[in-house]
Amino acid sequence: MSIYILCLILFAVGLYCLLVKRNLIKKIVGLGIMEYAINLFFILLGYRDNGEAPILDKYGAAVNFVDPLPQALILTSIVIGLGVTALMVAITIRLYEKYRTFDIDEIRRLRG
Amino acid sequence: MLPIFVIIPLACAFLIPIVSKFRKGSSALLVNLGGLLLLFFSVKSIFWLREGVRVYYVGGWKPPFGICMTLDGLSVLMLLVVNLVGFLALVYSIDYIKKYSSPALYYTLFSLLLAGLNGVVISGDMFNLFVFIEITSIASYALVAFGVEAEDLEAAFKYLVLGSVASTLILLAIGMILGSVSTLNMADIGKSLLALPSKNLILYCTALFVMGFGLKAALVPFHAWLPDAHPAAPAPMSAMLSGVVIKTIGVYALSRVMFNIIGFDRTISDIFIWLGIISMFVGVILAIGQWDFKRLLAYHSISQIGYVVFGIGLGTPLGIMGGLFHLFNHSLFKSLLFLNAGSLEYASGTRQLDKMGGFSKEMPVTSTTSLVASLSIAGVPPFCGFWSKLMIIIAAFQAHNIIGGIVCIVVGMVTLASFLKVQKYAFTRKIEGVISGIKESPFYMSFSMVALALLCIAVGLFFAPFIDMVIRPAADALLGGLNYSAIILGAG
Repeated sequence: MSIYILCLILFAVGLYCLLVKRNLIKKIVGLGIMEYAINLFFILLGYRDNGEAPILDKYGAAVNFVDPLPQALILTSIVIGLGVTALMVAITIRLYEKYRTFDIDEIRRLRG
Repeated sequence: MLPIFVIIPLACAFLIPIVSKFRKGSSALLVNLGGLLLLFFSVKSIFWLREGVRVYYVGGWKPPFGICMTLDGLSVLMLLVVNLVGFLALVYSIDYIKKYSSPALYYTLFSLLLAGLNGVVISGDMFNLFVFIEITSIASYALVAFGVEAEDLEAAFKYLVLGSVASTLILLAIGMILGSVSTLNMADIGKSLLALPSKNLILYCTALFVMGFGLKAALVPFHAWLPDAHPAAPAPMSAMLSGVVIKTIGVYALSRVMFNIIGFDRTISDIFIWLGIISMFVGVILAIGQWDFKRLLAYHSISQIGYVVFGIGLGTPLGIMGGLFHLFNHSLFKSLLFLNAGSLEYASGTRQLDKMGGFSKEMPVTSTTSLVASLSIAGVPPFCGFWSKLMIIIAAFQAHNIIGGIVCIVVGMVTLASFLKVQKYAFTRKIEGVISGIKESPFYMSFSMVALALLCIAVGLFFAPFIDMVIRPAADALLGGLNYSAIILGAG
């Protein structure tokens, strides 16, 4: 159980970093931490102690095997995370060209 | 036939960068043909539904093992909304996008957006739903930043941060469900959750889903990104964002999960009703003081989404029908208003209402269509917005929700006042020294606006047959509640 709590603490650290930090780069890092906490959570869902790979071979099926479905989902989720991070970095570079700063408090032309 | 709704736009997105290398204008032609085909199939899907719910098994694997795509009444309504507004926005883009440097990239992203939206609507698998939501979101982040001006980038960054938080919360909830019932098929989850001994997990997931989809739908405590992001995008994209995206990945996904998977009860009904009332009220109050036309429209979107969520949350047949009917109507008139704003900006170069004035003579098409849209959104009979608002208000009083009913009426009046301001400043007032040399927008832009205005009037005049044909099956799909599992698992 404690491992799930640690995983959710990691999630909270990422969320805090994403929402509170003022530097754009730190926000990107925060998003990364948050996404990986979720990925870790999915992997933990499928984990079994001393589990084997779920392969059906000539010796028969594995008895105590690791659930492969969350791992397959996480592959997709990692790719999505890569896309979002790449877009975020691209927007940050363009923002830096316009404002010459990474500080979110100085990037404030929109309000109301 | 169901995967065709995802295949056509994906194929367009793949082909556009290739064909645009050879001939410059070909990307617009290709993507518009794709949009027309999608519209044709989504109108046809109304008639498919008469033979019952359709289920397509991807790769031939039956649930609960494989991924499935489903078509029921609610999906048909949303397909119609997505592809109708999508096609007209694409036609409008032919002229509008000429002022941007790379139309091919714009059309590619737009096709990906359509693929994601159609996928969300027909998906019958939780994780698949998440993937399509992410395709939609990434395409919209990129399209909001498409102008690469300082304001566009800032709005896109804000949208990206809050959108990613929403996606992560949704994924966390899906993970919790997967961990406890070991299945991802929506129908199967609905069946398995009923058998769970403890309701704590369901409560936890409800909270996560309301936060995640609420952020995507910009309901009021979660609305901060919308007034920045929607005005920053190019006009046809704003029309898509306000008219379709917040409804599909927000309201549609939320109601599908709450009604058909988790099960609608008193608590969820209260959450919907209060989110709706607060959104209606706060959105319209914030809209009053706005002078930027597109920003004003964005705040009105928050308020109108409040109507939709309030109507659905009442849970009575009339309330749900009113909410879904308002969802359809809002997609028509709000996208029309954003296209009008785009035409004004195209002609005059400004979005500030106090700098415009007396355009009704020079721009008769824009002026007339925006009048139709303004009267529709304000709920003046016989335009389409009137009937849906009337249904929601009657449903509110029938359900003894007096506060909600009164808020609906008051917000309707404030909306009317706000749009009279728009009409006066942009079109009818006569002042000296405003921008001269205003011309009516080119043919394709006018075509989209006229088509949407005619649809507003037609739906308003023939609302009864329209409700019978499209809205009632959609409301039945939600009212069926957890029977969804039996219907989907039993079909095909």
